[in-house]
Amino acid sequence: MKYLNEEVAKQLEEIFSGMKDDVTVALFTKEDDCESCEDTNDFISELISVSPKLHLENLDIDKDSDKANEFEVLMAPSIVLLDKDKNYKRIKFNGVPSGHEINSFISSVIEVSGNSQKLSDEIQARIEKINKPVNIKVFVTLACPHCAGAVQKAHKLALENPNIQADMIEAQTFFDMSEEYNVSSVPKIVINDEFEFVGNQPLEVFLDEIEKTQVA
Amino acid sequence: MDVNLNLSSNTSKEKLTLDKEIIYDLIVIGGGPAGLNTALYAKRKGLNVGIIARDLGGQVLDTSSVENYLGFVSLSGEELMKKFINHVNELKVPILEYEEVETIRLKDSSSLREVVLKNGLVFNTYSVVIATGSKPRRLGVPGEKEYSGKGVCYCAICDGPLFAGEEVIVAGGGNSAVEAAIDLAKITKKVTIIHRSQFRADQILIDQLAKFDNVESKLQTQILEVQGDKFMTGVKVLNKNSSTEEIIESAGLFVEIGYLPNSEIFADLLELNERNEIVVDGHGKTSVEGIYAAGDVTDIPYKQIIMSAGDGAKCALAVNEYLNTINK
Repeated sequence: MKYLNEEVAKQLEEIFSGMKDDVTVALFTKEDDCESCEDTNDFISELISVSPKLHLENLDIDKDSDKANEFEVLMAPSIVLLDKDKNYKRIKFNGVPSGHEINSFISSVIEVSGNSQKLSDEIQARIEKINKPVNIKVFVTLACPHCAGAVQKAHKLALENPNIQADMIEAQTFFDMSEEYNVSSVPKIVINDEFEFVGNQPLEVFLDEIEKTQVA
Repeated sequence: MDVNLNLSSNTSKEKLTLDKEIIYDLIVIGGGPAGLNTALYAKRKGLNVGIIARDLGGQVLDTSSVENYLGFVSLSGEELMKKFINHVNELKVPILEYEEVETIRLKDSSSLREVVLKNGLVFNTYSVVIATGSKPRRLGVPGEKEYSGKGVCYCAICDGPLFAGEEVIVAGGGNSAVEAAIDLAKITKKVTIIHRSQFRADQILIDQLAKFDNVESKLQTQILEVQGDKFMTGVKVLNKNSSTEEIIESAGLFVEIGYLPNSEIFADLLELNERNEIVVDGHGKTSVEGIYAAGDVTDIPYKQIIMSAGDGAKCALAVNEYLNTINK
């Protein structure tokens, strides 16, 4: 293996054995003008090889534009997690989920597999009230120890409510986009391109900001 | 491309967590070096101990390299914490992670203590060791808050990559500041390190910093203000020797000027000193019986990883003696 040493591969195997159902990892790449697509493909291939329940589907953002549209994929490389029936669950990783982001990848895979973590009744009630579309962007760097926690929370919110969609965006891979969103500290969370905050804040803070988009 | 598996990615499927039906001998609040070593020593003494932590590993995780922990010439903060946590996991100490404590309640004249979490859960124990550590100190100058997340940063390893090829400033003169400057010098165009007095960092680090030709040091210099429009554009500083002010242009300011204790929730319960550190005696005892404190949250001088770890060991042994004196 190129990226995972034996010890890490064994740990991952053990962790992924906690999956309930199968999960498909849909990887969107593109032929030209994508510096990290090949490496991302190699990394993801290696990662999914540690579990028989993980399946890779290679897609091209241009050639498979139907699927790209269906899964709301706007850039490459982009990774979409699909459940056992290949349903889109509104969560994505834009850029490679290596470094610390391996942890958000793991937790989201386990969630999508059907082994879902229960939230408190109070939080659950607030999530259920969201009835207008919400887009959450979480900008991260791979060396940031706190970022994966924020991605994990954004993804969890999307998994719990069909009106919410959540994207991890690796700030160095998508440098221009990070500039556009004025990212200078990570994790930076942007909601509906309008409300934003910095840091791996509690779910309550995510919901406080999300609820601002629900008025009128 | 590598992977940094979480410290808590416990490979054993059954994760040990805390039981609210039992009375613990000791509950440790905090998952950094002090808290982990308290738990290790307490467990080995045979105490029924559990850890409640907001995040395991603590601030050491934000340290790119540790070169002063005896026995390890050089390793990352994360690697060191993994070793600590694996060691504690070997002893099967239950850990409740991602939870914050709201307060500690005393039960009248009994020696029972209740640890109350923000989510409402309550755990019973005969003793508590507070090892909640500290958080980065702010400069406290105009513009700092306004440009926080817009150029003003508190985690060099997190945010450094966003300033690749740009000019940045590091505020501070201790080990953390010099380490941050070294990390940033590798990826940015220029680093200016600003400190109001002389360097306090270890000479070995100052020597390492001197090897970079894109680092400029401005000592005896005080940051007065962070300036900018949409983003920060620079800082206004006062050179204390010449009593002159100047503007240093910069896209980023990394604040590494030390730490503040995470003691707010104990302010009404325990004696704190003027720096808001929990006052402890030579055995780690606080002003309230059955409650001990270890590491950066206390008034012990010199905050270092090895000292926090040692402090945790001391508290565990003191708690063990204390438990022998009370009626359970």
